[in-house]
Amino acid sequence: MTTSDFLERAAPSALAEAAAVAPAPAVRLEGVCKSFGRATAPVLDDINLDVAAGELLCVLGASGCGKSTLLNLIAGLDRQTGGRITVDGGHAALMFQESALFPWLTAAGNVELALRLRKVPKAERRTEAKRLLSLVRLDGAADKRVHELSGGMRQRVAMARALAQNSAVLLMDEPFAALDAITRDVLHEELVSLWDGNARAGRPLAIVFVTHNVREAVRLGQRVVLLSSRPGRVAREWTVDMPQPRRIEDTGVAGLAAEITAELRREISRHA
Amino acid sequence: MPDETPRIPAQRDLAVLEAGLDALETTRTPRSEPLRRLLRALLPPVLAAAALLGLWDVLVLARVKPGWVLPGPGDVYDALLGDWSRYGIGDALSGSISRAVIGFSASVLLGTVIGLAAAGSRPLRAAVSPLLSGLQNLPSVAWVPIAIMWFGITPATIYTVMLLGAVPSVAIGLIDGIDQVPPIYRRVGGNLGARGLVLVRRVLLPAALPAYVSGLKQGWAFSWRSLMAAELIAVSPTLGPGIGQTLELARENQDMALAFATVLLILGLGVLVNLAAFGPVERRLRHRRGLERA
Repeated sequence: MTTSDFLERAAPSALAEAAAVAPAPAVRLEGVCKSFGRATAPVLDDINLDVAAGELLCVLGASGCGKSTLLNLIAGLDRQTGGRITVDGGHAALMFQESALFPWLTAAGNVELALRLRKVPKAERRTEAKRLLSLVRLDGAADKRVHELSGGMRQRVAMARALAQNSAVLLMDEPFAALDAITRDVLHEELVSLWDGNARAGRPLAIVFVTHNVREAVRLGQRVVLLSSRPGRVAREWTVDMPQPRRIEDTGVAGLAAEITAELRREISRHA
Repeated sequence: MPDETPRIPAQRDLAVLEAGLDALETTRTPRSEPLRRLLRALLPPVLAAAALLGLWDVLVLARVKPGWVLPGPGDVYDALLGDWSRYGIGDALSGSISRAVIGFSASVLLGTVIGLAAAGSRPLRAAVSPLLSGLQNLPSVAWVPIAIMWFGITPATIYTVMLLGAVPSVAIGLIDGIDQVPPIYRRVGGNLGARGLVLVRRVLLPAALPAYVSGLKQGWAFSWRSLMAAELIAVSPTLGPGIGQTLELARENQDMALAFATVLLILGLGVLVNLAAFGPVERRLRHRRGLERA
């Protein structure tokens, strides 16, 4: 099932019907709580959130809203203190602000390691890694070492490595925050095109994209969720119905971003 | 699976745009030609050694001390050539080298096992680390009398002193290396599905390799020192020749030129191993990981 099918069925006119036949969500959070230690306030409090299969969801919030904690919980790198988390296929790939590529391996070697750990037979690893690198247009950089790549290229290799995990869910923790604006803009396009390609190939990829950049969230997301800070709760959410490919300078993007920013500021002012 | 997405014009634009960015952002550091590099690496130490040799010769020519106290470079060279067969310096060298190889290999093995065990368990690491650093600071020559009382003047004595000298360095190198692995590597490894031994083998050990190699290098220096200390003190015909014993022989015979020659041999061997073995390995590691100083 592709994303567009799902969206059509989920159109308001057929909402009840869609709820009955909708595929299982890629990620389901039910009453998820997380606190570190007893004395401190919970970082996340009663988060209820469904990420549909193949959905591109952006999670937005000021510092301290537990965005990264949320991703760690979904990725299984940390345990929630309450509630339930279900992930389609039981596993979600994870990307960080740093590429976190292993410097002792080449670009292809990094992708191949992900395949090896997924128990892909040796004979297929090399060609599969090449294919994934060509998806992010880095065919020529396969044998390059990490330090020979620019920041943007590293994040693309990290993307190829994440895709190599073959999960139905990709979690991205401010993946482009450390890049310059030009590169970031290009990578937005790259990400949407990859996501779209997966949907067309019948392997919908749900993406949970965490950011503190409002425009980036509106540029990318089909839905934007605003988390409040301390404790992190779902404060509000917006559906972005502008078609992709969008551009960050589109008036529609700017307009919605202004609205969300106003809400975000209200949310932050509560802590003064 | 082949990429079925048709290349629509927007995507082709993106491809060109990206190719342009990649080209602009990838800095190509031109490597200077090999001969120049070699010259730049070799010239300063060779000049420094030559200057030292010159200074030595000047002091000798100025007769600051009588010749039997401070022999000149020429005397030392003559002693080395003349005494080579008389004192069996060749045999002494090969005896010491074979002990060094055996003792160092055993140290690496033992140090690595201890390091791996300690790196795998936090309580064990907390227990063992202070002990290892303490041992590392203790001059291993202090073990010689004890080892002699335990084992007499036997190879066991020499190897005991070498192990006590070198094992801590190797183990500490490995433990430090694994301790310093950036936490994000563990998280990425875990997310990729590496757990337990697979995580150790595929992520932690490769990440710790530079620190481990530093530990090996220091371990080598310590085993070579310990070997010389042990050979100097534990002299016995049953033990066979060694370069440390040759030095002790020179002292007994008041042969200053031979003593100098022996010291130079010990120094030269230590430097040679660093230059020929550890140097290239470290350089290659640093180069591949982009850790070179610019």
